[in-house]
Amino acid sequence: MPQNLSSSISSDSVIAHRPPQFSYLRKVGAIAGKDIAAELRTKEMMSAMFVFSLLVIFIFNFAFDLRTDNANTLAPGVLWVAIAFAGMLGLGRSFITERDRGSLEGLLLAPVDRSAIYFGKFLGNVLFISVVEVVILPLFIVFFNQPLDIIVPLSGVVVLGTIGFAGVGTLFSAMVIHTRARDVLLPIMLFPVVVPVLLSAVRLTAGILDKLPFEDVQNWLGLLVAFDLIFLAVSYMMFEYVVEE
Amino acid sequence: MSAGTARSAQRDTLGLVLTVISGLMMITGLYLALVFAPPAMNLQTAVERFTQRVLYFHVGAAWVGFFAFFITFAAGIGYLWRRSFFWDNLANASVEIGLTFMTMVLVTGSIWAKPTWNTWWTWSPRLTISAIGWLMYIGYLMLRSAIDNPARRARFAAVYGIVAFISVPINFMAIRWWRDIHPAVVASSSSEGTGGFDMSPNMTMTLMFCIAAFTVFYGTLLYHRMRLGKTQHEVETLKQEVLYR
Repeated sequence: MPQNLSSSISSDSVIAHRPPQFSYLRKVGAIAGKDIAAELRTKEMMSAMFVFSLLVIFIFNFAFDLRTDNANTLAPGVLWVAIAFAGMLGLGRSFITERDRGSLEGLLLAPVDRSAIYFGKFLGNVLFISVVEVVILPLFIVFFNQPLDIIVPLSGVVVLGTIGFAGVGTLFSAMVIHTRARDVLLPIMLFPVVVPVLLSAVRLTAGILDKLPFEDVQNWLGLLVAFDLIFLAVSYMMFEYVVEE
Repeated sequence: MSAGTARSAQRDTLGLVLTVISGLMMITGLYLALVFAPPAMNLQTAVERFTQRVLYFHVGAAWVGFFAFFITFAAGIGYLWRRSFFWDNLANASVEIGLTFMTMVLVTGSIWAKPTWNTWWTWSPRLTISAIGWLMYIGYLMLRSAIDNPARRARFAAVYGIVAFISVPINFMAIRWWRDIHPAVVASSSSEGTGGFDMSPNMTMTLMFCIAAFTVFYGTLLYHRMRLGKTQHEVETLKQEVLYR
């Protein structure tokens, strides 16, 4: 198998001539850093994600004609639809650009563990979606007329939701590039699986907006964290089977 | 099922026996459900009493649906481990049958719910998980149909079948915390379910028989579908041989 070959070469002969051994975290960082550098040069994905999520918030805001009496009931759903759709755009691009530019083989030939590629890509995706969220959250507060101090607990929920979403999303993103439908297939595969993330994130967001005591929503928080951990582990195990060629 | 190329063209005795047995069992099940089982005592209207009989097939179909998805999950693990066509064939066949039965569950459930709950549909946990599961495995078939390379198709389908099935219990837990009005037929902790059944021995017997009949029916369909898949595989292999000679 090719990965056995490359790993045996790298561990026996090549690395021996190249003294600096990189730690696993640095390898993950290097892969994420490559994606960030590529994105900073074009900014095409981030701008599309940002404008798209803004559009979702705008459209929901006037389509539902939100007044103060119903804003709190609909706001969490709107926020998470915006995040999920924008995230889907970013996740879809994650591996497609690698394939279109022919850099996928290079990435897979890199003398790193395949899981480092997964975590690097995952980290990049979480960062991209988070940057969009950093801009979206204040705007969400403005359009839905919420107090500013909710931004701290809300950020925590948003980060946890994004991790769960991007964890499975990165795995599926590596799969859909080999299909005929490509990124059209991603939402169809991803949304049913991440329903628990969306449910618990919406419930937690609603809890924050309604200022519920922590005890009322803590099992949702537990569920969200459990989902994140379970699916990061599952995706980590499955990624190797997805990229083997 | 280990029949060689020569034998699969011969008469299929096992398939015939299975078909006859499941046919007889389904007819008996139909008789038990519609005639033998006593009408429900506590239901007010004739319509409610009659639609209650859909339960026997509804529960059988639901059991087979989720069992079929479990088989796909197990076959996915089997494929990633052994890499043989048998496991991929099993996974694919099981999803197709599971989806058929899930569709039946959703339809019979709606027929029962209209007179009993006075609505076709409600977002109760069991209904929601059935709908999400249904969508998930539609996604599975779409993923399969979008990949041309057979080895990659089998690998990706195995990965998706595993990830999707792991999300089912988490999904169910998440949805259950919303609210549950579904009657608990098979022992469960849902005390708030309305329209629950306290079943007489004859009713229990009918239900058990129908579950058994559906399981045998599932096995029969699986056998025929896998045989078909195997033949299809053989034809494709022969085509390749002729083309690349």
